Amino acid sequence: MSSIAIENEANYLKYKGRYKGLLGWILSTDHKRIGLLYLYSMAVMFLIGAGLGLAMRFELLAPGKTVMDAQAYNATFTVHGVIMIFMVVIPGLPAVFGNFFLPLMIGAKDVAFPRLNLLSWWFFIIGIFLVLSALLFGSGTPDTGWTFYAPYSFRTGTNLLPAIFGAFVLGFSSILTGLNFLVTIHRMRCPGMKWTKMPLFVWTLYGTAWIQLLATPVVGITLVLVALERLFSVGIFDPALGGDPILYQHLFWIYSHPAVYVMILPALGVISEIIPTFSQKHIFGYKAIIASTMAIAFVGYLVWGHHMFTAGMSGTAQYYFSLLTFLVAVPSAIKVFNWISTMYKGSINLQTPFLWAVSFIFVFMIGGLSGLVLGALAANIHVHDTAFVVAHFHYIVFGGTGFAFLGAIHYWFPKIYGRMYDKSWANIGWAVFFIGFLTLYTPMFYLGLMGQPRRYYDYLAEFHGGNILATIGSWILATGIIIIFANLIRSASRGEKAVMDPWHSKTLEWTVPSPPPVENFDEIPVLEESDGPYNYK
Amino acid sequence: MSSERNHIVPYKTYVFVLLALIALTLSSIAITTIELGGLAYAGALVFAIVKSFLVLTWFMHLKYDKLYIILWVVFVFAILLVTVVVTFLDYLYR
Repeated sequence: MSSIAIENEANYLKYKGRYKGLLGWILSTDHKRIGLLYLYSMAVMFLIGAGLGLAMRFELLAPGKTVMDAQAYNATFTVHGVIMIFMVVIPGLPAVFGNFFLPLMIGAKDVAFPRLNLLSWWFFIIGIFLVLSALLFGSGTPDTGWTFYAPYSFRTGTNLLPAIFGAFVLGFSSILTGLNFLVTIHRMRCPGMKWTKMPLFVWTLYGTAWIQLLATPVVGITLVLVALERLFSVGIFDPALGGDPILYQHLFWIYSHPAVYVMILPALGVISEIIPTFSQKHIFGYKAIIASTMAIAFVGYLVWGHHMFTAGMSGTAQYYFSLLTFLVAVPSAIKVFNWISTMYKGSINLQTPFLWAVSFIFVFMIGGLSGLVLGALAANIHVHDTAFVVAHFHYIVFGGTGFAFLGAIHYWFPKIYGRMYDKSWANIGWAVFFIGFLTLYTPMFYLGLMGQPRRYYDYLAEFHGGNILATIGSWILATGIIIIFANLIRSASRGEKAVMDPWHSKTLEWTVPSPPPVENFDEIPVLEESDGPYNYK
Repeated sequence: MSSERNHIVPYKTYVFVLLALIALTLSSIAITTIELGGLAYAGALVFAIVKSFLVLTWFMHLKYDKLYIILWVVFVFAILLVTVVVTFLDYLYR
């Protein structure tokens, strides 16, 4: 494989098609441009969500009112949650890196339905504007939390309907992307790419796509029912009309727990790409990782009730959900063992993506183990709705998906832009981010165990020390984010030119020039029996 | 691909299926006028299941698809069924 920098005038960044300028991007059906459209829109939403998170931490710097009152705090954590969940982490890895790299990794010229792919992005943007309209217009910013729990969601006087409708439209974006990926993976793999020769990132996209397709409609229809309840008082969730608010929680979590796996499965796939590349070694237990991916997707679909242990469910259901929650830990641990075994006796190259990958394993393990505390019925009663849950959730979602996302951008950046980032600044950004992350979220485990409830703008004086530490952590984390963003933005246009395969990886996306040509491959590649995604000598 | 079998379904079949769907929809409305208690829900669900079967079989072409595609659809419905059963672990034992 050649490692010479190739100047390709027909690359997707420079290509001028039917439309020019901005229109050439927002009307493009090229999967690579659509991937970047998602990246840029999500980056903007992430910065807004992170700003709101900083504001919340600033409020919690001291007991009592610091910078906002209780109502403003309720609205802030609601909007922070809605933005981060529905607009950043759920679409996150599949929409950006799935779109960009799925066809490249399976040797295809595009996804199966390019126009549907563009429509998905447009649904995404329309959903964002609908949600934002709930903030800017009407009778106050929604204050229900991102879960829109009944019965408060149809009693609050705030402007909830546009937010619900926005989440509904965002769901369509997710469903269509999942459908597109499923068909692409089934029908468009290059000759010779059997199921057991697919890169593991593609496998995780496959598992994710099934969840997107099967689970998202449930939350869509549930949100419609909330809207009907608000508008016409139909009595499905309202106990005053004979409805059942716990039914809302069931329906919401039937989607929203699998949604956690929509966030985390592709992250596991990214790590499974980075570790063999930077260990220069065949991935350990390829088939075991595939089996654990599908097992997580399947079992993860059936554990939603562990979010509801204190809601008043039957003891039988609690027992079942707790048992299955513990079972999910098994395939998750299989992956970690496989990654560690891959590194063992490998030729490890400590580049930035690898640093993100190993720190991912560290925070993912802490997040996962704290999940077992929450999955145990007795312990759950003690820590439910405390800062412990906030810490666990952020360790998994931000520590898991976020670290993997940043690992992925540092891994595939040379391929996407054809340029290399400044490695020193990238490593500094990682270190500052990592320290900030630990300083911000680790105290919350302690605060939660001591009894500090979440979603309150005030707290008792005994929790002051931990909150000061967490707020200082948020400032360090923000500094890390600024360093990382500045380095990547600058490098996208001014970084030194990247070679075709700077990491000596073995997957197909590294066999095309950087940045890739518009149609990816001049000729569709054919895999021989001896070829494989991780065949390192 | 030339090796794949192509089926051209006559319009007449589609029209019959459409009429059946309309009739079943009207029936599921009509059944609510009869006092059946809890059985009214069961009746509505039976009509919905029959309608889904018709749509999947003819409109979505499953009748002419390969076995593995049919199995995928069965798998999806099995997951839906499991989800309903698990939800009732709460409602039946509360």
